[in-house]
Amino acid sequence: MPETLDSLALGFSVALQPNVLFYAVLGCVVGTMVGVLPGLGPLAGISLLLPLSFGLTPTTAIVLLSGIYYGAMYGGSTTSILMRIPGEAASVITCVDGHAMTLKGRGGAALAIAALASFVAGTLSVIALMLLAPPLASVALRFGPPEYAALMLLGLVVLSYMSSGRASKTLAMAALGLLLGTVGIDVMSGFHRFTYGVTDLADGLGVVPVAVGLFGLSEILLVAGGGAPPQVYKPRFGELVPSREELRRSVGPCLRGSVLGFLIGIVPGSAHIISSFVSYGVEKRLSRHPEQFGRGAVEGVAGPESANNAAASGAFVPMLALGLPSGPVPAVLLAAIMVHGVAPGPLLMDQHPQLVWGFIASMYIGNIVLLILNLPLVGLFVNVLRIPYGYLYPSIVVFCVLGVYAVNGSAVDVWIMLAMGAAGYGLRKLGFDMAPVVLGLILSPMLEMSLGQSLAMSGGSYAIFFQRPIALAMLGGLAALLALNLARAFAPARRGWRERAGLGPTQG
Amino acid sequence: MSSEGGGDSAAAAKPGFWTGERVAGLALIAAGAAAAAETRGLPFGTLGRPGPGYTPLVYGSILLVLGAVIGLGRGGVALGALRWGEIKHAAMILAAVAFAAAAIDRLGYRLTMLALAAFLIGAVERRPALPTALVALGLSFGTHFVFWTLLRVPLPAGPFGL
Repeated sequence: MPETLDSLALGFSVALQPNVLFYAVLGCVVGTMVGVLPGLGPLAGISLLLPLSFGLTPTTAIVLLSGIYYGAMYGGSTTSILMRIPGEAASVITCVDGHAMTLKGRGGAALAIAALASFVAGTLSVIALMLLAPPLASVALRFGPPEYAALMLLGLVVLSYMSSGRASKTLAMAALGLLLGTVGIDVMSGFHRFTYGVTDLADGLGVVPVAVGLFGLSEILLVAGGGAPPQVYKPRFGELVPSREELRRSVGPCLRGSVLGFLIGIVPGSAHIISSFVSYGVEKRLSRHPEQFGRGAVEGVAGPESANNAAASGAFVPMLALGLPSGPVPAVLLAAIMVHGVAPGPLLMDQHPQLVWGFIASMYIGNIVLLILNLPLVGLFVNVLRIPYGYLYPSIVVFCVLGVYAVNGSAVDVWIMLAMGAAGYGLRKLGFDMAPVVLGLILSPMLEMSLGQSLAMSGGSYAIFFQRPIALAMLGGLAALLALNLARAFAPARRGWRERAGLGPTQG
Repeated sequence: MSSEGGGDSAAAAKPGFWTGERVAGLALIAAGAAAAAETRGLPFGTLGRPGPGYTPLVYGSILLVLGAVIGLGRGGVALGALRWGEIKHAAMILAAVAFAAAAIDRLGYRLTMLALAAFLIGAVERRPALPTALVALGLSFGTHFVFWTLLRVPLPAGPFGL
């Protein structure tokens, strides 16, 4: 514990430097604007603005990008509450009761509750991250290639079990991502795979063009040609104060949402989206007045908002401790620090304490910045929605092309984004989730490398995965989850708890 | 933002044979089979010493099997129940991005973005000429100034240094 506090003090000494502080504030402000815009979620926002971080130090780069992440999460809830327009997917459930509160004249209070819940959850989950990541990194130092291979396989299967929709669809998308991840030079043999003579493909498909295509461009394709801009409701400052009763009713959901969100955040998948649905389901079940849900129940705002913010921090645990992304956003953040020559993995905390602890400390600061900056400026941010979509989406398309091109200076990346945008459009129309594709793409080279190294260690015997306790336990978990998935497929009567928790196929 | 035009929730009462799931399943089977076929030119190795063709073949086969599971599963959305109202817009946006990908190294960043934005705002969205020109100019030259001049992100120049 004293070591952790010393490290945190080091982190604050980094995060409170004027230039780092500036980028934390800038990230929060830019992220809020990104979150407010329909069609740009945290992932697309981070991917598009990644080139902004190239000229920065690794610490300021990750602080800026994580600020964009939090800001986008926050901005998404603002438009959900005021206009019933979810700026990003995690805020979809906040629309229900948040907007109902607005219709009852309590929109300002709903915004304040959302901000306070996000702040409390953000702070509690950063404390949990701080306490959990270092010991996990120590344990991970004992991991060899078999453990990493088993962990990655387990992660992909957990994703299929936890994500919304059918497990077969999620697994298919993960397999597609794994397949896309094999494009390029095979690191074990040097063979070119699926490159068709295009030298730019030798390094494989980049995370940024794939993510921007699947999440940014496909969203624009889905919503382009929509109607007129919405009526913008701007609450006055005095309306932002919640009543005592509203605050009292928010405490429990906020604390439960924080715990739930953080735990779900560690698990691979679209954690911030899933956690908000699960929290809503839990609060509705625990409430003495479930009939109020959907009609402006403050618990329906506090729970999901705390859960999705806590999940955002929870997702950083495997990223910092193991060097493994649990979702697309941590993957892009890892890519951002790798651009600066920093290698992710269990040694990251030992080798780059200033980066890791500066990042953790900046998360505390980011939460405070969002609380004190965004509530007074909420009227300013929602003005972004006054821009007619006919002008707005062409601007986003320009940023998509710019952001993708700037990473490698390659037009091939723009073609990849185009192909992924078209594929994402079709697949999302048919109800497929895109997050597993990106996760599979990122894990594919690591998985193949770990598998190859494991087999090299064992002289070609797969028994190595069953002779090492940690790998065996992970494979046991994997088998159990696959069995549960199969049981669900053949026993429809057992489909209850996932739907009740918000993970049913009807949830987006 | 949940803007999918269909998905499971839009399942019609009697979707018929050609559901979204069937089409998606067929597409996944085709993708898996194509990937598996493409690995014929790569050494497979052995199970104990996998070659470069091993994992793509495994992933392609998994995709193929899961495509069959999805395609043969019950339920799903009738193709007719999916709303495709935005498809014309989507096709034009994709065409504009394809132009940008083809032109950016030849015409340079500013001219390409100017043409891209002007096409989307003026031709696709049919906005008045003056605002279209102003927004397109602002976007192309503004982003170039921020990213190239201020942030030193390398962006290609075209004819006349534009």
